[in-house]
Amino acid sequence: MEVSRHWRLRQQRYSLVGEVCPHCQVKIFPPRDVCPDCGQEARTAYAFSGRGEVYSFTTVYTPPAGYEETAPYTVALVRLAEGPLVTAQLTDLGDQAVEIGMPVEMVTRRLRSDGERGMLVYGYKFRPLLAA
Amino acid sequence: MTANAPSDPDQAVVVAGVGMTPVGEHWDVSLRQLALRAIERAQQDAGGLQPQALYVGNMYAPALSSQTHLGALIADYIGQRGIEAASFEAAGASGGVAFRQGYLALLSGEVDCVLVVGVEKVTDRTGPLVDAAIAMSVDADFEAVQGLTPAAQAALLMRRYLLESGAPADALAPFPLQAHQHAVTNPYAIYRRAISWTDYRQAAPVSPPVGQLDAAPMADGAAALVLTRRALLPRIDARPPVAVTGSAVATAPVALHDQPDPLAMPAGSLSFQRALAQAGATPDDLDLFELHDLFSIQAALSLEAAGLSPRGQAWKLAGEGVFGREGRLPILTFGGSKARGDAGGATGAYQLVELTLQLQGRAGENQVPGARVGAAQCIGGAGATVATHVLSRMEA
Repeated sequence: MEVSRHWRLRQQRYSLVGEVCPHCQVKIFPPRDVCPDCGQEARTAYAFSGRGEVYSFTTVYTPPAGYEETAPYTVALVRLAEGPLVTAQLTDLGDQAVEIGMPVEMVTRRLRSDGERGMLVYGYKFRPLLAA
Repeated sequence: MTANAPSDPDQAVVVAGVGMTPVGEHWDVSLRQLALRAIERAQQDAGGLQPQALYVGNMYAPALSSQTHLGALIADYIGQRGIEAASFEAAGASGGVAFRQGYLALLSGEVDCVLVVGVEKVTDRTGPLVDAAIAMSVDADFEAVQGLTPAAQAALLMRRYLLESGAPADALAPFPLQAHQHAVTNPYAIYRRAISWTDYRQAAPVSPPVGQLDAAPMADGAAALVLTRRALLPRIDARPPVAVTGSAVATAPVALHDQPDPLAMPAGSLSFQRALAQAGATPDDLDLFELHDLFSIQAALSLEAAGLSPRGQAWKLAGEGVFGREGRLPILTFGGSKARGDAGGATGAYQLVELTLQLQGRAGENQVPGARVGAAQCIGGAGATVATHVLSRMEA
């Protein structure tokens, strides 16, 4: 069931909380406590805006166990406005064709389900940016 | 970091014997039996040298065979109770990593003969459970949870590559076309038939732009090598000894999104440069390069990371035949993962067996004429672990 594993990540999954390095100011997501740029300690929490653009994308037709319900689905690398790349599904696409560079924003959606008695895992996905 | 090969040629670490099973669907053969078949052949090839240690390369046994502890399991099954044995896992680089452990053990002087086997049994399960097992090599917390698979990871790279290099949609076709062409004469290959440009263009999508002919088939197989030092090599025939002259493993972030430049494959550059530097070789010295084409994009990225092609150009060079068996730098000479088949963590061992056969002039119809120095490189995940070895033919 891995309940604690997903619970531990609730701040990341539901609100994109990463870190900012106090030494070189680089923004970090997912959080890793050691700055990947300067190698120093980086434990200052930082909430990302959830805005970004599509860096690359694809469609998964043969899903792993736990993802059969939503297949086929679109997975992307999203370049967050603050810098980092994040792997996430795209959602709420309707008839819209996905393109590299397309502006997107974070929403919370169901990620996986493990059968009738299993756990439901929620987390971030990205949808086309709604006009302001 | 750079364990230098011994200067005394008698102390050089050499490949004493090789053996493998065909890559395929071995319904009637178990994990341990596959290992035994490859090992028996390698030991016979080595003239009966007695191994003091066994290093296993494997990635799927815990998920697909419900089996860990492969070192002891296989050591016992092959009739070598008592010897040191352990298994090494580094996703698709497992075989190369296990081989390096054997090399290091011999360099240390602690043992005189090592058995390395890459083995994979993947056909005992089918469907979404297999896809879930394959997806275990990506970052579980931040990639797999999003439903990302290795094929999708390759697709993210391939789409970006095609965009950045301004390449057409079928730019990577020369890699699988060449792999299939080379496998026609390889009795150990899973697909011994050529494919055409039309086949490539019409292939069903796996994860677009990755199509069915961009993705290597995953299958069962085992490949084994006996390693020793030159001075201990039995005189079997006139075949020239093959020395391990370079050995390096490098790592990068497991998650693609954690790599500052996802197309750069820095662990590929690092391990290739380190291995060549140890061998005192330049890229021009290489007569062949067995690279890891789990997806055709990996072949391009591997060549570019190694500096064997300018960035964004490997597809063009491939189209010009530079990497064909008759080209300037042959790759995938027995069909690579695409057509020989990809036996997961055994891939690195298959490559090293094939490279040894090439350097000893034992490659049959797949022979690269006059091959003296070659490299083999296996890749775990999207370049998170890369193992590169340089083997060189010695004077008989």
